[in-house]
Amino acid sequence: MSFLKILACSTAAFLLFAVGCGGGGEEAATQEEAASEAAVEYVKVDPATAGSVSGKVILDGKAPSNPRINMSAEPDCGGLHDSPVRAEVAVVGDGGALANVFVWVKDGIEGKFEVPSTSVALNQKGCIYTPHVVALRSGQVLSVTNSDPTTHNVHPLPLVNREWNRSQTPDASPIERTFSRQEIMLPVKCNIHPWMRAYINVVAHPFFAITGADGSFEIKGLPPGTYTIEAQHERFDAQEMSVTVGASESKQADFTFSAG
Amino acid sequence: MNLHLHRFALFTAFSTLCLIIAGALVTSNDAGLSVPDWPLSYGQLMPPMIGGIFYEHGHRMIASFVGLLTIVLAVWLWKAESRGWVKKLGLAAIGAVIAQGLLGGMTVIFLLPLAVSVSHACLAQLFFCMIVSLAWLTSPSWQRQREEPGPRLPDRGAPPLRALCLTANAAVFLQLLMGAALRHKGLGIIPHLFGAVVVAALVVWVMARVGTQYSGRPEILRWALLLNGMVMLQLVLGAGTYWIREITEGAVQPLLPMVLLTVAHVAAGALILAVSVILSIQVHARLGHSTGDMGKQGVPAAT
Repeated sequence: MSFLKILACSTAAFLLFAVGCGGGGEEAATQEEAASEAAVEYVKVDPATAGSVSGKVILDGKAPSNPRINMSAEPDCGGLHDSPVRAEVAVVGDGGALANVFVWVKDGIEGKFEVPSTSVALNQKGCIYTPHVVALRSGQVLSVTNSDPTTHNVHPLPLVNREWNRSQTPDASPIERTFSRQEIMLPVKCNIHPWMRAYINVVAHPFFAITGADGSFEIKGLPPGTYTIEAQHERFDAQEMSVTVGASESKQADFTFSAG
Repeated sequence: MNLHLHRFALFTAFSTLCLIIAGALVTSNDAGLSVPDWPLSYGQLMPPMIGGIFYEHGHRMIASFVGLLTIVLAVWLWKAESRGWVKKLGLAAIGAVIAQGLLGGMTVIFLLPLAVSVSHACLAQLFFCMIVSLAWLTSPSWQRQREEPGPRLPDRGAPPLRALCLTANAAVFLQLLMGAALRHKGLGIIPHLFGAVVVAALVVWVMARVGTQYSGRPEILRWALLLNGMVMLQLVLGAGTYWIREITEGAVQPLLPMVLLTVAHVAAGALILAVSVILSIQVHARLGHSTGDMGKQGVPAAT
């Protein structure tokens, strides 16, 4: 066989291999999402017996300093800020109150719950994703907007959902997408502005919360039962605890992360 | 010999090295998907060159230029070159650059799947070797070797130096493959470190053989010395790349020192493969089979 034939065969095999290893299209994702919306019987929690779990998340130890973001190479972004911008890796308030912690019922929930028809917002403002951590239900619409005078691209990096990558010009309409599978702390980035990062939490049920600036959270409307509550933060190791909630009972579940 | 053709091949090789550097900048700046469409960029030939788009679209522009240079080089070779196999190598380079463009498009369309990204990185190295080989095969030095080949030297010792050089070529390519897989998060650092040790050992072995047996043959010695020097430099660059990532862990990347060191490491890897291939070509052209063809007034097997 001549050198050229060998090279042609090798190249063809190379390309076929590469195509074979390529990801799936978005059409498949849409079909998959449509299939998951088949009629099912939803669980209704009795408001008279529903309980709640609330608590506070604290960071123990010296809070790490958030690295500074250098936007100098991107005037459209740098000009939007009067002071240096820092990444929101560990947002720590008074007394070690830790914000942006995703707290959810990891285990103990049974049945399917109706998906809200409202969307969850994620904005790009000042070349930063706002809020830094969002949460929504599987099948609920995530609406991504661009408030900046520059183009962004929205690129979630899921492990179990379908990956997608969409650009958004300043005047573009919101990007509306859903995620069909439960996935916690799913990163989303912008490849145009590599410092931009947010985390999306997709949950199969409605029992979750994100800590605010004071580190507090509340998960409401829980049916009586024993649950595993997990707290996840982008920087620190996840923590969990078991909580039993009686009828109309409010339980406290505080978490302490170690700054290490 | 056509000196203009040689200079054009050299320019194409230099442009290809620039293209590899531009590709490394895309990966280091995490800009691979900053342009979500292909072959156009945001539906245009020239999108606004902001942020990561500068790197991704810049890479596409240089790639188009190198594609054009490759076509011109192949046509020129076809018309001016007397050696059929060199003509065919020019055609093969066109095939490689087209395949490389398609792989580049697939990385965008399929959102950087590991196999496609690593294939794109590795084919870039092979394509660079083809162009560098064409530049060498059209050079005055190669022409002199053709015209005054002299006696072929015996390839004494076990393993033969020619086999050792080919093994080094394969090891360097595998090391580049592992480096690409590491860059695209498909492999850990350990295989790449192990590969570095293997490549360094092979290259030192080649140098020792050349130094002891062919120290009077500058056409082999200088390439072996260059290869050794580059591998030593590459070890330093590799250590620097690892170190800068360790000390900037937690920082918002990409930081300029990380980008510069990593890109230099990638570019040096491409040059090492190219130099190792030229050394192999030289060794195969100048050495005969063990002692059997000693004294043969050898013209290199493929001239």
